[in-house]
Amino acid sequence: MDVLYFAWVRERIGVPKERVETDAVTVAELVAELSAREDRYAAAFADLSALRVALDQELAEFDAPLAGVREVAFFPPMTGG
Amino acid sequence: MRIVVQDAPFDLAAETERFAQGAAGAGAIVTFTGVVREADTGTMTAMDIEHYPGMTEKALTSIAAEALSRWDLTDALVIHRFGRLHTGEQIMMVATAARHRVAAFEAAEYLMDYLKSRAPFWKKEILAEGDAAWVAAKDDDEAALTRW
Repeated sequence: MDVLYFAWVRERIGVPKERVETDAVTVAELVAELSAREDRYAAAFADLSALRVALDQELAEFDAPLAGVREVAFFPPMTGG
Repeated sequence: MRIVVQDAPFDLAAETERFAQGAAGAGAIVTFTGVVREADTGTMTAMDIEHYPGMTEKALTSIAAEALSRWDLTDALVIHRFGRLHTGEQIMMVATAARHRVAAFEAAEYLMDYLKSRAPFWKKEILAEGDAAWVAAKDDDEAALTRW
């Protein structure tokens, strides 16, 4: 699946987008898997309460299943307007 | 309903006029314009607005559709910019048209409350000293959603 990062999450991880092969069943499992990979992920995902996630461009919860999802995006709370 | 996400400036007068011309049957038109203000500390020189292409348009469309279903609106418009903006530049506008003013006012506030916290935009303040800081979401903005 494609994993996208925005704002300071993108800056901390260092790329805007990457392809991730994973067997993670939920968003939380994907987060744990990425965090175990490298420090930059662990740093970005350290406080999930400061993050939001979208699955196929719809806001979702961290316990949401990933089955059938093509695009996951992580970002801080939005500040439009 | 019209949703526009663009980096270029927009012409507030022309957009307002076009919206008014198209608002057949409306007795009330409300417009709101967001502007890049001076930082409270006075060191900000510009603001970078990042967005999530694709999701941004979807989220704004769904927020505007919800406003149209909740209030008796004849039309709604949302224009939101991204990229680098300087102090005094217009960031975004919403417009609502309705037969009566209460619906137009309420729907415009609803659109603003939701697009602040539910449309994927992120603001970064570019400071005079060369530093930059992401704008943190405010608890008040999240709390504002509970009134709807």
